[in-house]
Amino acid sequence: MLKILFQILVFPGILFLFVFALAVEFVDRRIYARIQNRMGPPWYQPIADFIKLLGKEEVVPEEADKTVFKAMPIIALTTSITASFYITLWNTKALFSFNGDVIVVLYLLTIPTLTYFLGGWYSRSVYAMIGAVRTLTQLFAYEVPLFMAILASALLANTWSLSEIAYFYSKHPWYWMCNLMGFAISLIALLGKLEKTPFDIPEAETEIVAGCFTEYGGRLLATFRLAINVEMVVGASLLAAVFLPFGLNLPVGINFIVYIVKIVFIVSLLAILRSIFARLRLDQMINLCWKYFAPVAFLQVLFNLAIKEFFVK
Amino acid sequence: MYKSGDVRIPLGPQHPALKEPESFMITLRGEKITSINIKIGYNHRGIEKACEERTYIQDLYLIERICGICSHSHSTCFVQAVEEIAGLEVPKRALYIRTLVAELERVHSHLLWLGVAGHEIGFDTLLMYTWRDREIVMDILAQLTGNRVNYGINTIGGVRRDISDDHKKDIMKAMDTLEERTKYYVGVAQEEVTIIKRLSGVGILKYDDAIKLAAVGPTARASGVKRDVRHDDPYAAYGELDFKVITDTRCDVYGRTVVRLLELMESYKIIRQVITNLPEGPVTVKAPRKIPVGEAVSRYEAPRGEDVHYVKSNGTDKPDRVKVRPPTLANIQAVSHMLEDRYLADMPIVVAAIDPCFSCTDRMISIHNLDNRKKMTIPWEDLHVQSIEWHKKRGIDFSGLNRKLRKIKIK
Repeated sequence: MLKILFQILVFPGILFLFVFALAVEFVDRRIYARIQNRMGPPWYQPIADFIKLLGKEEVVPEEADKTVFKAMPIIALTTSITASFYITLWNTKALFSFNGDVIVVLYLLTIPTLTYFLGGWYSRSVYAMIGAVRTLTQLFAYEVPLFMAILASALLANTWSLSEIAYFYSKHPWYWMCNLMGFAISLIALLGKLEKTPFDIPEAETEIVAGCFTEYGGRLLATFRLAINVEMVVGASLLAAVFLPFGLNLPVGINFIVYIVKIVFIVSLLAILRSIFARLRLDQMINLCWKYFAPVAFLQVLFNLAIKEFFVK
Repeated sequence: MYKSGDVRIPLGPQHPALKEPESFMITLRGEKITSINIKIGYNHRGIEKACEERTYIQDLYLIERICGICSHSHSTCFVQAVEEIAGLEVPKRALYIRTLVAELERVHSHLLWLGVAGHEIGFDTLLMYTWRDREIVMDILAQLTGNRVNYGINTIGGVRRDISDDHKKDIMKAMDTLEERTKYYVGVAQEEVTIIKRLSGVGILKYDDAIKLAAVGPTARASGVKRDVRHDDPYAAYGELDFKVITDTRCDVYGRTVVRLLELMESYKIIRQVITNLPEGPVTVKAPRKIPVGEAVSRYEAPRGEDVHYVKSNGTDKPDRVKVRPPTLANIQAVSHMLEDRYLADMPIVVAAIDPCFSCTDRMISIHNLDNRKKMTIPWEDLHVQSIEWHKKRGIDFSGLNRKLRKIKIK
């Protein structure tokens, strides 16, 4: 009991996630800055930003629905933390697991996006409301390719449990090569989920100020930002668990380092992608997702079904 | 026009997309813009009026501060008008130096624009790169004139500083670096998919519309209108230099980007010619303090388009009237035309594509009553009384101060 509690609260649970999320934000910002020929922030900048925001006054707009407005950041944070408990991190066993948890994780990772929508919508500011509508519109575009790409990998492993997927790939180490197409798709979908360029349409600074987060400040904004960072770690962990399932059987310590390297690799890819593209327009983004990503993801599903039929015994 | 379900969103006077205060009230249906209401007047400083109360030399520095980016344009345009009235023969070397600073200014303005355009479409990497390279030309300007902006190099009858051989060498070196970097940006603009997707087909201004709406500068040239004062009505040293007027037939924001990028290449060419052909001689002639009676209109191709100054003198050391028609005032009419039936996401880049300078453009606004067509103005005295009552209602009494003010006698 005490061990479970320790695992949830400290390692690999909440505290570890917070620290790792802030570290990952630093990596993301630093790489983004170096590509742009800037110095970038020092390592403690995300922590400093977080502490500074915590100390700021909390302003709730008069017309906003106060309960929803205040509850949304916390819900966003808790759901992304909850999702992490079902994901295999550096070994083949997640903290909790049951058959079907891959679906639960995907839905838990959708909830933060919904909280951005609700938080923006109930703050009753025009910028936030337009941002909220954009968030939801974008969700319908990238969610389908993301689900298909991740479920394709699960299909190959013939299970709906992330722990068993990890077990399958550690038994058949080279099958992860089949999923490269799906990895690319879900990496791009993750950019949309985290609302980063070229899919930062819901918070396009030059059009609608900060989108859903326009009215947020102080502790609430700090919680939202932490939630996004945790979501980035959890999303990257999900991708690593599903698409890069190697090094899971290595001795304790080394597999942890391999895990960190995998996450930093995925975050670096995200940082590079967001620095080399301009922001797309909403209609272009939806076109792109439905015209190209969804068919490619579907192709991945068919491909994996064929592989499973002919090769996997 | 305004239906239920339409959203009205204010872009400005304070908004991250705008670098200067200006109000764009947009009515949206979904993501589409149904109408747009542009209101200028947030940045009016009364410079034209202030010019009438200062001497010509003082005006020169005031005019320069109309705009931070194209400061040399305004001051040259003004000084040309004054020299025409006074009948001054400006030395050749001075004209060449003016041209040199003008082209360096164009380079820094276009590089700045490219970065701003990148930022407006969410491509911050381009912003960081171009602004880094802009520092090169800013350093050159600081070396030549002592200032990064508001160079203060013009004076009536010439220029205030000469350039040395060291300067020439540094400029040539800087041009090589900048040319190489600009070639890279041309490549980026031609190959980067998201840039092309975001810019082409956006903010269309057809040739006929460009003529009808009297667009100037790169905005007009990107619609195929071959309109460039440097070529049509050469001033300073442009008549003796060899350069092309860049035009494009794409008529959209992408065309405007290409025009500006290729103009950068032309500017490098012009600067090299100026440096190699720089004539010897004095850089200034003595100008009279009092300018004889007369009037003159002067045209100048600023980085943003044609700048027009009108100066009327009355024989004293102060002008009778100064009128400025900056390029943005000519181009801003085209903006609402370009935005018809476009998306909200196109709004910032379409506005940015004319390279607006609102501090140049701003006019005083007078409100007319629609019923009896009368100007609605509030006299100073009424405003004064109103403000005292407004404060009294809130428990602040300025009557002591009021008595004092009455003694000073307010006009």
